[in-house]
Amino acid sequence: MKTSVSLKINGKSYQDDVEPRTLLSDFIRHHAGLKGTHVGCEHGVCGACTVMIDGKTARSCLAFAVQCQDHDITTVESLGTQEELSPLQQGFWEKHGLQCGYCTSGMLMLATELLEHNPTPTRDEIREAISGNLCRCTGYQTIIDSIARAVEIKAGTALEAAE
Amino acid sequence: MPKDHGIGASSKRREDVRFLTGKGNYTADITLYGQTYAAFARSNVAHAKIKSIDTSAAEAMPGVLAVFTGADFADVGGNPAGWLIQSRNGETMKEPKRPVLAHGEVCHVGDAYAAVIAETVAQARNAVEALVVDFEELPAVVDMADAVADNSKRARTELTDNICFDWGWIEDNRAAVDAAFASAPHVTTLELVNNRLVPNAMEPRASIGVYDASTEDYKLYTTSQNPHLTRLLVAAFVMGIPEHKLNVIAPDVGGGFGSKIYHYGEEALVLAAAKRIGRPVKWVADRTESFLSDAHGRDHVTKIQLACEKDGTFLAVRTETLANVGAYLSNFSTATPTFLHGTLMAGPYKTPLVYVNVKAVFTNTAPVDAYRGAGRPEATYSLERVIDMAARELNLDPWEVRRKNLITTDMFPYTTPVALQYDTGNYQATLDKLIELSDKAGFEARAAESAKRGKMRGLGLSTWIEACGIAPSALVGALGARVGLFDAATVRVNPTGNISVMVGAHSHGQGHETVFAQVVSSMLGIPEANIDIVHGDTAKIPFGMGSYGSRSLAVCGTAMTKAVDKIIAKGKKIAAHMLEASEGDIEFADGKFSVAGTDKAKTFGEIAFSAYVPHNYPLETLEPGLEETAFYDPANFTYPAGAYSCEVEVDPDTGKVEIMAFTCADDFGNVMNPMIVNGQVHGGVAQGIGQALLENTSYDGNGQLVTASYMDYAMPRADDLPNYTVDHSCNTPCTHNPLGVKGCGEAGAIGSPPAVVNAVIDALARAGKPVKHIDMPLSPARVWAAMNA
Repeated sequence: MKTSVSLKINGKSYQDDVEPRTLLSDFIRHHAGLKGTHVGCEHGVCGACTVMIDGKTARSCLAFAVQCQDHDITTVESLGTQEELSPLQQGFWEKHGLQCGYCTSGMLMLATELLEHNPTPTRDEIREAISGNLCRCTGYQTIIDSIARAVEIKAGTALEAAE
Repeated sequence: MPKDHGIGASSKRREDVRFLTGKGNYTADITLYGQTYAAFARSNVAHAKIKSIDTSAAEAMPGVLAVFTGADFADVGGNPAGWLIQSRNGETMKEPKRPVLAHGEVCHVGDAYAAVIAETVAQARNAVEALVVDFEELPAVVDMADAVADNSKRARTELTDNICFDWGWIEDNRAAVDAAFASAPHVTTLELVNNRLVPNAMEPRASIGVYDASTEDYKLYTTSQNPHLTRLLVAAFVMGIPEHKLNVIAPDVGGGFGSKIYHYGEEALVLAAAKRIGRPVKWVADRTESFLSDAHGRDHVTKIQLACEKDGTFLAVRTETLANVGAYLSNFSTATPTFLHGTLMAGPYKTPLVYVNVKAVFTNTAPVDAYRGAGRPEATYSLERVIDMAARELNLDPWEVRRKNLITTDMFPYTTPVALQYDTGNYQATLDKLIELSDKAGFEARAAESAKRGKMRGLGLSTWIEACGIAPSALVGALGARVGLFDAATVRVNPTGNISVMVGAHSHGQGHETVFAQVVSSMLGIPEANIDIVHGDTAKIPFGMGSYGSRSLAVCGTAMTKAVDKIIAKGKKIAAHMLEASEGDIEFADGKFSVAGTDKAKTFGEIAFSAYVPHNYPLETLEPGLEETAFYDPANFTYPAGAYSCEVEVDPDTGKVEIMAFTCADDFGNVMNPMIVNGQVHGGVAQGIGQALLENTSYDGNGQLVTASYMDYAMPRADDLPNYTVDHSCNTPCTHNPLGVKGCGEAGAIGSPPAVVNAVIDALARAGKPVKHIDMPLSPARVWAAMNA
């Protein structure tokens, strides 16, 4: 039996009738049509599907869509655009923080949360923060470089704004 | 000053922008009109006779459109092994059929024996649960030693024993090698396990089959590292589809590491199903399906012996290996333990005599095939471990023992006793660079500091070589390959002067769209932004053998440069006509064709336009248009080499190993994009450290895969891994391709495992715990047990 759900994703409402067992990750991908959230393991370990629910990172493969009714969902599509990358995306671009791109959306969401709570993390703090997500390509060092670079970019932007 | 564009620049990757904004287009992201979904029934036992499959309940389930079993494919072909290996006794290897779906017999846990097509994924999966299969369990062959010793239990009922082949390399060397061992002043013997790994690309495999009844055309979207090979295998070997009626598209692919080189039965199934139901059929693996059915890697059990003088001079190497090939021969599975392993057993050393024996063994486990490095990590690990052990036995410095035996620069080209000819290298230079970058001189002080904190510090190294850029078709053909290993590229100059380059290599993380454009940009003087690299679609690309074996730039990149050379040659003819000069006087540089010694010139864009608007053009002698294709078959393998060190701390209370530093001094020949090369090394080293410390694929005695999820298989995470120091300043350009490139994709995974293990053994030895060897992965439990034995 299908249930009507209405989810707010990146500030926009998406309504659909879904099976109660529909995962949030599947709703985002197949009902909202936002393919940037990737599914890597469907058991909550790899973190590729990481999104934010009410500002906190969560595995979208471990939540049901119906649980997220009336909650704010944020995905990679909420960050910058191809024309104007966000500081984090720019950092990943400059520092080669991705290869195949499959884990990248989850890493970006994780890093977004990190920088909200800790705007100037040390490299060790960054390493610790991204240890919940798997990347098979980079060996992680350039992801750490990328997040550190995003901190610099943000600082530079803040400086420019102050001037 | 670092370059900011073209060859040698760390150009930012153009593919990144789509990945960073969630706009990548992976197979699972593709939705087609009328799309249906496939789910597979997979064996839950390692070996059984299929007595019956009752599909009636499943067929009656909601949304179910079709059910397939092995019987539906009884009349089509099998998925072949790509290399035919000859045993020492002259017999050809055994090649039991690998059907689309298991028929009559399931041969490993995860072996697919039926598939359901339904309107939704959930309906398809529900219906799989409703299939009633009657298995008569057969004895499972899991352990390789048992498989070889006991012929009464066989992994495939059609076999008379479990040995696929018994290969000697080189058989004619054997007597001389044995004689050298008989008279050697010192012999070191080491038995080791090269642990089985699951490649674990973050994107699970996925395929979509499409069939157009009006044209009889098939289309396959699939997670492939080489769409043309998949097309060839599906068309000519398995399904009997005319090759021109099958278009294979590998869009963005989320990592491969070898596991997506091969054709898998799911690809044939979705095509057959699309034809039967007249709608597209999509399948996306879940992670446990990937663990159960992707081709695994490594899984060798080896006895290696090194004969040497008391001063550490190597006299001979002899190995005996059991190599697991699983229940079915995956496409490269027979090449990996033989020609990608045995031929590397000389390493970068002058060892005059080498003999390698490999028995490939069928077991009731998933197929084992090439995984990042493919045979070369196994060879390197065996060799670099036994060298370290020999040095310890002889009370010699492992670093100096290596130096003493390295091939010297005056010896190139150097023909090894295992049939390769190394064209160039400078192994002393990378070793010296490693000594400098790893601050070997400061190690004792760091060890003393660790000791103060109660930790045991160790330093280990490996000096390694690999054969990449596979490879000369004539050579690999003589060695048993059933395919050629050239590559191809088309350079299409459009009328307005921008360029599309269609390449046979496939990028699934490597960054070809950037690097290949850098090369063409440098050659033609055209901005990178005006050059697009097109890959992954058999309908767009002339031909290709895909990406694996660190071959993309060395082989396909060379084909591309040859096509560019043809463009320049034709451009000179056009320019000569337009400038009223003789062709021999036309020079091309910086995007301009000019008459030597004059200021008369035409830009590249003007020449391109003239080729398509040939109003002032030598039409009587030259075709219009500006598009050239080149196929390139290399003259030799390329031989990247290097020296790696690992510095560890071992906790004496727990056995936990922490990597304090990892240093790489590589020789990749000329480097096109240093940023990307560094990334490739990082990723390879991470996988090598994963193998050395964390990862293990474990089947129990009944053939159940007990490490079939990320809860059970230890993937390396950020806090398991160190910062890497990577250098490629000691490059010697490859002598037989125009870019002078050697390949860098696998190096990290090849050189790192022995460096890690050697470092741990060193740490224990320095702490007065002389442990000879610990098998990977060096988990805290294994290290603790070894040092407290």
